[in-house]
Amino acid sequence: MQKGVLDLSDVTVRFAGDSGDGMQLTGSQFTNTTALVGNDLSTLPDYPAEIRAPAGTTYGVSGFQLHFSSDDIHTPGDAPDILVAMNPAALKTNIKDLKPGGTIIININSFDNRNFKLAGYKSNPLEDGTIDGYNVVQVPLSQLTKTALEDSGLSAKEIERCKNFFALGMMYWLYSRPIEPTIEWIHSKFKSRDDIASANEKALKSGYYFGENTELFTTRYSVQPAKLIRGRYRNISGNEALAIGFVTASVKSGLPLFLGSYPITPASDILHELSKHKNFGVRTFQAEDEIAAVSAAIGASFSGALGITTTSGPGVALKTEAIGLAVMTELPLVIIDIQRGGPSTGLPTKTEQADLLQAMYGRNSEAPVVVIAPSTPADCFNMALEAVRIATTYMVPVMYLSDGYLANGSEPWKIPDPDTIPEIHVEFKTDPENFQPYKRDENLARPWAIPGTPGLEHRIGGLEKANVTGDVSYDPENHEFMVRLRAQKVKNIENDIPDLKVEGDKNAELLLVGWGSTYGSIREAVTRARGKGLKVAHAHFRYLNPFPKNTAEVLRKYKYVVCPEINMGQLSKLLRQDFLVDVESFNKIQGLPFKSFEIESKIESIIGGIENGK
Amino acid sequence: MENKEMPQEVKYTAKDFSSSQDVRWCPGCGDYSILAQMQRISPDLNIKKENFVWVSGIGCAARFPYYMDTYGIHGIHGRASAIASGIKINRPDLSVWVASGDGDLLSIGGNHFIHACRRNIDIKILLFNNRIYGLTKGQYSPTSEKGKKTKSSPYGSIDYPFNPLNLAVGSGATFIARSLDRDPKHLKEMLTRAGRHKGTAFIEVYQNCNIFNDGAYEIYTEKESKADNVLFLEHGKPMIYGKENNKGIKLNGLTPEVININEDGNSINDVWVHDEFDKETTRAHILSQLADREGMPAPVGVIRQEEKETYDDALHNQLNALKKTKGEGDLKKLLFSGNMWDVN
Repeated sequence: MQKGVLDLSDVTVRFAGDSGDGMQLTGSQFTNTTALVGNDLSTLPDYPAEIRAPAGTTYGVSGFQLHFSSDDIHTPGDAPDILVAMNPAALKTNIKDLKPGGTIIININSFDNRNFKLAGYKSNPLEDGTIDGYNVVQVPLSQLTKTALEDSGLSAKEIERCKNFFALGMMYWLYSRPIEPTIEWIHSKFKSRDDIASANEKALKSGYYFGENTELFTTRYSVQPAKLIRGRYRNISGNEALAIGFVTASVKSGLPLFLGSYPITPASDILHELSKHKNFGVRTFQAEDEIAAVSAAIGASFSGALGITTTSGPGVALKTEAIGLAVMTELPLVIIDIQRGGPSTGLPTKTEQADLLQAMYGRNSEAPVVVIAPSTPADCFNMALEAVRIATTYMVPVMYLSDGYLANGSEPWKIPDPDTIPEIHVEFKTDPENFQPYKRDENLARPWAIPGTPGLEHRIGGLEKANVTGDVSYDPENHEFMVRLRAQKVKNIENDIPDLKVEGDKNAELLLVGWGSTYGSIREAVTRARGKGLKVAHAHFRYLNPFPKNTAEVLRKYKYVVCPEINMGQLSKLLRQDFLVDVESFNKIQGLPFKSFEIESKIESIIGGIENGK
Repeated sequence: MENKEMPQEVKYTAKDFSSSQDVRWCPGCGDYSILAQMQRISPDLNIKKENFVWVSGIGCAARFPYYMDTYGIHGIHGRASAIASGIKINRPDLSVWVASGDGDLLSIGGNHFIHACRRNIDIKILLFNNRIYGLTKGQYSPTSEKGKKTKSSPYGSIDYPFNPLNLAVGSGATFIARSLDRDPKHLKEMLTRAGRHKGTAFIEVYQNCNIFNDGAYEIYTEKESKADNVLFLEHGKPMIYGKENNKGIKLNGLTPEVININEDGNSINDVWVHDEFDKETTRAHILSQLADREGMPAPVGVIRQEEKETYDDALHNQLNALKKTKGEGDLKKLLFSGNMWDVN
């Protein structure tokens, strides 16, 4: 039977199942293959904090959403076109997000009374109206996998675990993707278990052929490659981009990279990634706690390394005092905060942007640090280079704010030629002539004189220092001078960072401002609103302390300024306070990123009525 | 980077290790002696002056780095071991020393201390144990004896103290010693030996705080009582002490006993012979707790030492091995990896 192929420009799929069903793996395989096909894409993994929550429950549901397109896209998609639900709990937690009329592929074998009960369904959702209005495809995934693998020699349990590959194969067929990259991956992943590798390959192929032969699908789809800028691409997550960004910064600065870290979600992947790169001389130190992690990084910086520490909000709270020490000792240090939902332990696997004020002010006394934030997963690479450039040029701690959404989300990355990445110029002080530990250069930076250098022996520490000599000083005037100097040093960095860029309508009435991971949602909302004729523009902060020099000028140009944030309004607070502009805060605090339509609706609520003459 | 030996022509003196800063401890403080002995032995370690780094946390003892004319960081409370770990891990060529008090090292810094010992990072940790909080003006510390009356325990402390040597043995430090601020000769020897040890070296110094806990160690330091209360440990020698050198420690099973040599049928052969390199830590535990027992002397000297690979060596061996097997890191290879595709 020859089935028709329908060309689509844009698809959002979501895989959802038990946390043991391999949904993250299925999603990332679909992503990699989609990247190889040449689509633009953006992903959103969404998984529970429990490693294996009881099977069948709603709180054990793990999801992976992928948006891919033949156009330039910036978000993982507001609402899935198609949902693969491996069990009733996955259906229950995800159906509300689906597009009206969207497709749901369900594993009918898991739709039984036991699983209805576990998911909290009082009746069979396939019969009680729950799925009305959707295009539901019922596939006996478990049964088909079992039949396909009956001669595999694997146990029933092992066979059951292959069903995600069956589902993946089916989806590959449905969206006209090649299966070869995944087959290759299966064989390298299960190198030591030939039987498992063969079974997974067979399940994948069976799923693919099932798509071709079944009468359940009458149409398959294709999405043409996106017209991206010429170059070589790879798909990259924020944490990966960040990690290799710091390795690149290490090479470009000639400084050995030292990572002090304590495992914490969602930052641990950076520790995993960096511990692989020991042939770059990367020293990873898995410390006994968060405080040791940052303290060791400070020690390493003092001795001439590029000291960095990776953590999430609760870890930053613990590192606070040590960050103050780095401020006082004026050592380069990068603190990477992969923000998550809080306060306290909060929502470890969910995203949030609520550590901005902690980054700015969360230390005793006047302790300014530089604060920067990447705006997309691939931008995590660029901002790593920036963090190191600033930290070493100005001898100052830099707070790098990423979040769970950027960290785990991924997008195609046009790989830069490393030879075109500028060197980061670092010079250790070696000349004992007139050496003073707190004598300053034109950037107000003190010299970096490292142990092992003859004649430059000196002591630094947390007690207030006399300028120039660096001797301990309790002098009142000196203290005020030093407090102001440390602030000025950070403030001056505004002369060394790019201006705030405005995208969108030149005559906009409304400016949306954002920072960090909201970039994609805001940009897409602005594009859509402009498509409707609304005069709106977008400025996105990647530098938050100091703010770019033209910030006041930009903010004052617009009749309305709105700041969407995954918090209670932290950036808007800073902007109001620093620039006396009436920035309206627009918040979402659900551990989830903004959907573009939410921001689009906000735009319309402000200028839509006037523009449309309603 | 392994280049600790200094060229023969440079010969330092104690003065070379003395910084220009005025020493600001209270007159009569035991810290003065520790500083003086350290400055005296530093030239003997055959380490270039610029390769010394002194690290401290907070407290009276933590002012130590300011007075040593070497590289130094006066850090934050309790974190000296962690800062020192970072320095040594990054730069195994440096000789890294920690000066710490009982509150700094064992209370707020207890976690970092035990983990530094566990990893056998090649740093030297000096505990200035005066059994009191000095800089905060006289609260009981984690080594204060139970029942101690202080500003924060007017009715007597109800805390049981840590035994620092025992904690170090249990945490895996590879050089564990005790000395006395009032015995410069012994202290010098211990500092020198710690400086030459490769691995985590820990020295507990009984140090008198003459302001808030004066006389805490009087029986160990005063002439008339010292001999009967201090057991000087020497490797391979029987554990004998006393004014007449006639008392010995006998190990009866796992119970130490004091015996009078040549009395009650006892002879020198019944006395426990000290073995610093004892593989078994059980005897080191017994020894480190000796002074906690009624009527027993306080052992000073090297309780235990062991040679094993240090964390910093292990890490750099790994780095070097991987550079050999995988090749020096190549950015092009790193960036251009994984599943790639071309857009034309």
